[in-house]
Amino acid sequence: MHTSLLLDMTADVLPDRTILGSLDGGLCFSDLAAQVRAGGAWLKAKGGDNIVFIGVNGPALPTILFGAGAVGMPFVPLNYRLPDVDLRKLLARTAPAVAVVDDDMLARVEGVEGVNLVSRSAFAAACADPGNHPGELPEHDADIAVLLFTSGTTGDPKAAVLRHRHLTSYVISSVEFMGSEEEEAALISVPPYHIAGISAILTGIYGGRRLVYLDAFTPEAWVDLAVKEKISHAMVVPTMLGRVLDVLEKRGQALPHLRALSYGGGPMPHPVIERALQMLPHVDFVNAYGLTETSSTVAVLGPEDHRIAIASDDPVIRRRLTSVGQPLPTLELEIRGPDGEALGPGQHGEVYVRGDQVAGEYLHRKAIQDDGWFATNDGGWLDEHGYLYVEGRLDDVIVRGGENISPGEIEDVLRDHPAVMDVAVLGLPDREWGERVAAVIVANGERPSTDDLAALVKSKLRSTKTPETWEFRDALPYNETGKLLRRVLRAELTKTD
Amino acid sequence: MELKPGSRWKSAVCTAEAVVVRPPKTPGDLQCGGHPMVPLAAEKPAGLTAAADMSGGVAVGKRYFDEESGMEVLASKPGTGSLALDGRPLQLREAKALPSSD
Repeated sequence: MHTSLLLDMTADVLPDRTILGSLDGGLCFSDLAAQVRAGGAWLKAKGGDNIVFIGVNGPALPTILFGAGAVGMPFVPLNYRLPDVDLRKLLARTAPAVAVVDDDMLARVEGVEGVNLVSRSAFAAACADPGNHPGELPEHDADIAVLLFTSGTTGDPKAAVLRHRHLTSYVISSVEFMGSEEEEAALISVPPYHIAGISAILTGIYGGRRLVYLDAFTPEAWVDLAVKEKISHAMVVPTMLGRVLDVLEKRGQALPHLRALSYGGGPMPHPVIERALQMLPHVDFVNAYGLTETSSTVAVLGPEDHRIAIASDDPVIRRRLTSVGQPLPTLELEIRGPDGEALGPGQHGEVYVRGDQVAGEYLHRKAIQDDGWFATNDGGWLDEHGYLYVEGRLDDVIVRGGENISPGEIEDVLRDHPAVMDVAVLGLPDREWGERVAAVIVANGERPSTDDLAALVKSKLRSTKTPETWEFRDALPYNETGKLLRRVLRAELTKTD
Repeated sequence: MELKPGSRWKSAVCTAEAVVVRPPKTPGDLQCGGHPMVPLAAEKPAGLTAAADMSGGVAVGKRYFDEESGMEVLASKPGTGSLALDGRPLQLREAKALPSSD
């Protein structure tokens, strides 16, 4: 099944519903479908194997994504924030290709062999030109819908392959067709080159929920747009949420139209989500865990879970606020040990998933096992009620004197301390142990004593897991999709050693 | 009839269309209104009408499945006939709504 069918179905049923952009002057479904056909045909005529996008967020995104799908070419959004040299290297890997590029970014990527550049303004004009509008697009047999380059924290970025069947399987199994009411609107502020940016388009369209774009995130702009466009749904990464709450508090503003706020991309600091639940009691909070390779979400902590956890005195239930909830009913999820054996509740291992939405593939390399299971490279464990706790990338595991130590486990303990706003735990080179445990703390007001913090870790875990190096910072380095940049911290801390 | 995943079919008796989400484990005939569905691009046979016991209707955006073969289809256009595999009526997949996470 092709992604373009998702749009064709909705455009058939609700042609006049506004689906893209402002309530005032946005595109309705039938206009969007027409633009998609015109834009897709125009891009295909430019030649090449891939359709690349380099630019800021905006309503051109759904048009290009569905346009590429409609003409059977993979859509490849690139991260325009990369340094020019890296961006050009990635672009060269997409050749032969046609690339839609923001007008003010064209100069950065000119002259890459095999890549035909078109400006975003020329693309927009082509979409709106009925002359480009073919009656019917020919059927095609294309398989790859999207190529997404991973952030490449440990080497050259890999191109994750998402086929039409993976994306459509995720969409039709997790979203009710046309299930959104007419007044619903989603604010998209996650970047277009991130899986959450792709899935937001597909699920929004299939559900019939209007998509509103914020081109670049600032908490003030986010709040302003949410109010103006009567936003009912949004997805944010943890750092965004804290900053949005600051703005609301400072302005004494509420978000009366907001019904649901989902978050993901990294661990949510406990104080932030508690504050969010208190400040926005009318909002349904959803924590979503997923990977590029799994076509987005594989586990969710739903609104009821949040309410029950925050109201509970039972520490086992209350700690669910730090879990990513339960796996989607449409897939299988297991925790496995180092030899691939399935582990029981409470045992720490690697998260494995299997299901129709799981792609588990990179260009020229399949990463999924023959029996369909995909190793996520995330450490984690399930509690006795089936709630999943994710402890971060296994690449980040600290090996201290032969013992494997997961930073996430220590971070969870420290995050529970009232004076800790945010924390990162990482391994630093150590002459005696190979690596030693270091903690970088963002204090919530006054700095806590490191003796107290060390005693807390020791009491909950064990002494070998107690950080030996403590640092304080005003903020931790995150990328724009909420991933903690441990390597940045490691470089800083190693330098000052 | 090769019911490949992603293959698209239209009813010979009404406006319904369907796309195969999961193929049957063993080959079978996908039917609507009691008559085999035809590939989307093919010509419809003329003069067929739905059998009376196969006129329950197809709702767009709903998934229908056959327990025995494991086949599942998504209705991409609505119609008046009802879907079956080798004469076995397909069942409606009651999807549990998930909280919106995107």
